[in-house]
Amino acid sequence: MPFDNAYEAITEENDHTKWAFGTGFDDPLAGVDPSVPDGMDAADLATYSLMLGDDALIMSHRLSEWCTNAPELEDEVALANVALDLLGQARLLLTRAAQASGAGDEDTLAYLRDERAFRNVRLVELARGDFAHEIARLLVFSTWRLALLERLVDSPDPVLAAIATKAVKELTYHRDYAAGWTIRLGDGTDYSHERIAAGLAAIWPYTAELFTPHPVELVDPSRVRTEFDAVIASVLDAAGLSVPDATPMATVSGRSGRDGLHTEAMGYLLAEMQSVARANPGATW
Amino acid sequence: MSEHRSERQRARSGASSSTVSARTVAEGVRDPELPMLTIADLGILRDVVEDGAHVTVDITPTYSGCPAMGAIRADVTRRLRDAGYADVDVRTVLRPAWTTDWITADGRRKLAEHGIAPPSAAPTRNPGPVPLTLGRRGPVACPRCGEPDTVEVSRFGATACKALHRCPACGEPFETVKAI
Repeated sequence: MPFDNAYEAITEENDHTKWAFGTGFDDPLAGVDPSVPDGMDAADLATYSLMLGDDALIMSHRLSEWCTNAPELEDEVALANVALDLLGQARLLLTRAAQASGAGDEDTLAYLRDERAFRNVRLVELARGDFAHEIARLLVFSTWRLALLERLVDSPDPVLAAIATKAVKELTYHRDYAAGWTIRLGDGTDYSHERIAAGLAAIWPYTAELFTPHPVELVDPSRVRTEFDAVIASVLDAAGLSVPDATPMATVSGRSGRDGLHTEAMGYLLAEMQSVARANPGATW
Repeated sequence: MSEHRSERQRARSGASSSTVSARTVAEGVRDPELPMLTIADLGILRDVVEDGAHVTVDITPTYSGCPAMGAIRADVTRRLRDAGYADVDVRTVLRPAWTTDWITADGRRKLAEHGIAPPSAAPTRNPGPVPLTLGRRGPVACPRCGEPDTVEVSRFGATACKALHRCPACGEPFETVKAI
């Protein structure tokens, strides 16, 4: 609909749908059959959807912090695009978790849970470092997630299978982007090589957790280790880098992010992400 | 409901050939981020079924995080209501996942006319791990001067579905729809 200025556009009657941002979104699974397939444990499906959804939500939040902070405009746009894809995956997965558990929705799950209820791996919550650190994290995250979701394409739950089918296409782009930058930095100057090596070293202690099986997982993450190692090796080889020799980050009696035990960074992240929704319950904007 | 609408509904229940079909109405809805394309051109309109006064429309998202889906859903509902279809159900279909191969020939022509290079054929999916693409993807021709090979500036653009390129011949930057 034509309008002369931006103010007119936002005040135009009955046209609130033009707002792409805010709350009060439509259910992203509107019209999708919400039933849980026979023979599938609804609580397990809910927990697993939550794990994958929380990984995407928290990683998306960290990536979106690069808006106005990236070294070049193109990379700012790229990181924001990756964040948006992951936010979309998070919305679908949290909605599926809410359907399977029969309680809440994407907003209550994202904004009203406390730290201990978040099931994401600790890798994604780590505070934003420099650009090389983010590239190292994105390389590891997208390589791992792509391998996992590729196997979820055949999930007995048709909704998870459909979400995974779409996500695989997106993650392929994310991984290519991170791999491309890893090689440019690793194979660039001595200084850029040093920075990406430091980034990899900083995040590497958090990779062991990615492959630790959890009782409710539909895809056993230990099964994707070989593929993950092969992809990482080919990228690092092209970049003139080597896999860091790092001791895995400590757990609490074997429990970590998937069990709701997070690092110090998580509380600060949630405070920022949830404060507006918690201060104004039910508000829409 | 206005008299005008109820008249149209009566006309439709009598299977009047002059009534605009729900499919035609839905096909005319434009994509908010690529407004030169209708949702039919883009291939995200999957099905329209009329059952008496009830219309079911199936749409599929281009990307998981596509912020236009809510607007498209609302536009479809509003356009159909304006055409006299009061009972509209817009459903999300996630599978099979959207591919740029579903953009119609007409849609590709319109993209090129508006300076956006249409996508090449989507990569075929082979069994086994997804391969890394470290080098270039397929060549993208310049939509302005026709130069067959251009430079990728960024694989991510102003919207999730586009990448940024530059033409070495005419020097112009342009967008291209990523083949997925």
